[in-house]
Amino acid sequence: MKSGSKLEQLIAAGHFVLTSELGPPMDCNGEVVLEKARLLKGCADAFNITDNQTGVVRLSSIAAAELIMREGLEPVMQMTCRDRNRLAIQSDLLGAAALGIKNCLCIAGDHQSFGAVGRLKGHPGAKNVYDVDSIQLVAILKGLRDDGVQQGGDPLEKRPALYIGAAWTPLGDPVEFRPFRLKKKVDAGADFIQTQGVYDVELFRQQMKIAVDMGLHERTAILAGIIVPKNLGMLKYMNSSVAGVSVPETLMKRMEQARLAAGDDKKQASKNQAEEGIRITVELIQKVQEIPGVRGVHIQAIEWEYKVPEIVKRAGLYPRPTITEKGENNAS
Amino acid sequence: MIVAERKPLSEIKQYVEKYKKILIAGCGTCTTVCLAGGEKEVGVVAAALRIAFLKEDREVEIIEDCITRQCEPEFVEPIAEKVRDGGIEAVLSLGCGVGVNFLSERLDSVLVFPGVNTKFFGAAVEPGVWVEMCAGCGNCILDVTGGICPIARCSKSILNGPCGGSQDGKCEISPDVDCGWHLIVSRMQKMGTLERLSEFVPPRDWSTSRAGGPRRVIHEGMRSQNEGSEEVT
Repeated sequence: MKSGSKLEQLIAAGHFVLTSELGPPMDCNGEVVLEKARLLKGCADAFNITDNQTGVVRLSSIAAAELIMREGLEPVMQMTCRDRNRLAIQSDLLGAAALGIKNCLCIAGDHQSFGAVGRLKGHPGAKNVYDVDSIQLVAILKGLRDDGVQQGGDPLEKRPALYIGAAWTPLGDPVEFRPFRLKKKVDAGADFIQTQGVYDVELFRQQMKIAVDMGLHERTAILAGIIVPKNLGMLKYMNSSVAGVSVPETLMKRMEQARLAAGDDKKQASKNQAEEGIRITVELIQKVQEIPGVRGVHIQAIEWEYKVPEIVKRAGLYPRPTITEKGENNAS
Repeated sequence: MIVAERKPLSEIKQYVEKYKKILIAGCGTCTTVCLAGGEKEVGVVAAALRIAFLKEDREVEIIEDCITRQCEPEFVEPIAEKVRDGGIEAVLSLGCGVGVNFLSERLDSVLVFPGVNTKFFGAAVEPGVWVEMCAGCGNCILDVTGGICPIARCSKSILNGPCGGSQDGKCEISPDVDCGWHLIVSRMQKMGTLERLSEFVPPRDWSTSRAGGPRRVIHEGMRSQNEGSEEVT
């Protein structure tokens, strides 16, 4: 075992794993994190804690990760390259490991100009860092963990046992280069991969086939990303404005019909769309489960976390497996 | 070249309005080419200020000049002398930030104001449009990326791109910004060298860039030649 995290053990045991996401609040109210944790407990194997996502200041991922551990949840601490140089990154990785955090997702981070896609002010005037990129971050973490050496070359005695994650945007442009970039992440040391949200299952299947042909699915555990759609507006927005997300016309039509079915009743329209969104999510989970090489799903219900238990149950993924024996040799 | 953009006239006027005699100094090199601070722009700014001061019934003497380069002593010395000897109270430099610094160092008590915002090292991609192409990071890696700079042209300066924010060849920060890594991948594809991008590029040493503090370049040949000639005289 590299980290001994629950996520690692379940993957090693051959389970179809499930991760979800928990976004920390924009203030220091740890109770919000704890409440979400109680709500989500048992619904996934591990929970990503976002790191100032969309370039908005939030309670830190490292602190929120520690908070959810108090509730018995396993965190996947996200670490972006946007806000920290290699000194701060390594310092935080060591700190996280000391707190008992066992999974870390290494990502570049949205550019600070995002400001929650214009919904909030954010800090567009901030100076970004990007001292290292996400692939270099993976390599740095692997160096700390497996070689016991800091990026600068200094040795460390106690090594951080972190299970290393990375993101993959299989349908991002230029699409033909995406499998090769995934390989770079795997070569650098990514133990598991969480993908950008998949709506177009066919296109995703094609990219997965290339990854499988390259043998990457055996060297890393690929978890398909599923972003729960709330309504037609969200699907349209993601299709047009979120890089690497393409939403098939059929899904948008379904959502539109759900809305229209409510007539002028706006409340009902939003209820109908929410229900259709959950239905679409459950179908997506079941479809990606069939794709060779997919070892799990990563469900993102952005500011809609309370819907996750229902989704997981309807997808037939509940209850979650428990670890009976510590060891990787009981793969089913 | 260094690309600059003239500051708004209202801002420029605020700088200089309390002085009676000012010099507007243009630069004949980069800021001339990017139409921000050459002879012509000196004339435009001078005329605009004269009109503005006239409206307020104020007498301000505005002297216009444009030197070849504001970043070399042989061109800057004469103008510095002119300022010192001519009772000029303030200088508005339309050179890049280098020019403002260089002039300031030569004028003990006379203020030098920046008349342009110095933007970047770039090229004119079409008439009137300049694009940043080099970040001056001090250790060129363009051999690895097909001659297109990921540090200057990727919003995140990543060395193992493209990140997940690339869409239709554009960067996640704006549909007006080309994704630098999309350009790199396309070019490498055309050259048949795409496989080179499969190689991991390790974290780089930024000490050659601004992260290493203010930088200097020494040309030993020229320096020793200069020392030699000084010895003769």
